[in-house]
Amino acid sequence: MIELSHIEKVYDGPDGPMTALRNIDISIGRGEIFGIIGLSGAGKSTLIRCINLLERPTGGQVIVDGQDLTAMSPSQLRKARKKIGMIFQHFNLLSSATVYENVAFPLRLDNTPEDAVREKVEKLLDLVSLADKANQYPSQLSGGQKQRVGIARALASEPQVLLCDEATSALDPQTTKAILALIRDINRELGLTVVVVTHEMNVIKDICDRVAVIENGVITEQGPVLEVFTKPQRPMTKEFISVVMSNELPVAFRDQEISPDPFPGGKLLVRLTFLGESADDPVIAGLIRQYPVEVSILYGNIDHIKDTPYGRLLIGLEGTPEAVAQAMDYLRARDLEIEVIGYVR
Amino acid sequence: MSAEMVDLLLKALGETIRMVAVSMVAATLAGIPLGVLLVTTARGQILECVPFNRVLAGIVNAVRSVPFIILMVAIIPFTRLVAGTSIGTTAAMVPLTIAAIPFIGRQVETALKEVPYGLIEAALALGATPMQIIRRVYVPEAMPGIIAQLTTVVIALVGSSAMAGAIGGGGLGDLAIRYGYQRFRPEVMLATIVVLIVLVQLIQFAGNRLAKKLNKK
Repeated sequence: MIELSHIEKVYDGPDGPMTALRNIDISIGRGEIFGIIGLSGAGKSTLIRCINLLERPTGGQVIVDGQDLTAMSPSQLRKARKKIGMIFQHFNLLSSATVYENVAFPLRLDNTPEDAVREKVEKLLDLVSLADKANQYPSQLSGGQKQRVGIARALASEPQVLLCDEATSALDPQTTKAILALIRDINRELGLTVVVVTHEMNVIKDICDRVAVIENGVITEQGPVLEVFTKPQRPMTKEFISVVMSNELPVAFRDQEISPDPFPGGKLLVRLTFLGESADDPVIAGLIRQYPVEVSILYGNIDHIKDTPYGRLLIGLEGTPEAVAQAMDYLRARDLEIEVIGYVR
Repeated sequence: MSAEMVDLLLKALGETIRMVAVSMVAATLAGIPLGVLLVTTARGQILECVPFNRVLAGIVNAVRSVPFIILMVAIIPFTRLVAGTSIGTTAAMVPLTIAAIPFIGRQVETALKEVPYGLIEAALALGATPMQIIRRVYVPEAMPGIIAQLTTVVIALVGSSAMAGAIGGGGLGDLAIRYGYQRFRPEVMLATIVVLIVLVQLIQFAGNRLAKKLNKK
């Protein structure tokens, strides 16, 4: 649906050219929710603006629905943009217009007859549950409501793509959840392709199918969210993930020296990661039943990455070296991610 | 004060209002598009054309740097061409309008610059043309600011119109100078000043009310 190939963006800065984006290749499938995560200044907002050419890349091609946007005339581009909805961090609603008029704005640009406008706007306001606010002004709404108006406006010209530029960054966590749920529903019901730019890993975890990590204008990691979450390659990716899933050891072990070799009375710390189906396997029960080891559960949590259950468990194994080794073989034979941390007291 | 003086005062007030109203309307018709061009042709804007923007800004600055009393005299040939005469209330409207156009242009520019660029971006993302952005985003969003700025211009024009007396333009300023100062009639001077103060207060009040009513922020 969206093909970005070799995208470059160079600005003329006061101290010579500044490269904001370098050789970016991203391919986004129809109906997919694609996330782009990065720190502020990494170039993620510039990148999403390149998709509808609010920023014109200085190199490379932007192809949306088979059409090369970079090769279009201004009027062709305007027409293509109507099929690419966009929502913003600061909503960008007209303060002088009511909710109704804001949603009607894109329709009126095309001189749609007023009764057709009314029908469409009422349907959209129903969709975003704001039918009762039609005649209010944006200043009378909460942040979440404003973003709903933004979404309704973006959907008015029946786009095939929805670009979300930090759409939840100005909202509190609860409102963020609600807006993300709405974006997901729209993605499912209308089959929209969604591109999400954010600095919050939670957003990626909750709704995205695939993710790209951007650092200093370069994509450093890209893949299905599950894969990036479970096997992050780059330190920055790990840091992003640690925000939603702590990798820290429980306080009791933090100050201890962790030994790679067994010692009498020590227990082996092992972190287990269960994904999808394997989250349902009775692994620990099997371990205790079959091997003469003591298993203590030190930390555990279960979460979802989009719809896939994802569990993490930190356990301590105590027993004879042979028993522990056998237990480890048993664990390795399961469908699990295993990280051996070391022996502690 | 005699009935004759009251008549003179009313007549002068009428002349002032006519001068200010006509030149304000004419200057606004030219000044709003000028302000729009000053904003939209600047770098990174929807009608970016930097050389044009520089020339336009240069002209605006040039006209604005000429003191009104000098401008009035300097453009007498032009005034005669437009108004058919260079003396009287009608003639005074020409320099008043010329002086007000760049003033309004700058004031409108200031008001338009207050519109967050995010709104322009949102309209661009929705496929709006530059003309649609000007008419449906810039002008309505900046309207409370434009009204507030135009109020300032009207008041400044009341002040400038007093100088029009110098070319026989009539109006309150003319009355105050001729009767109050040259004929030593302090009560006329005082009455004129009171009328001017009331006039300016009314203009400011009306402008504030309108700007507030339009502001939905």
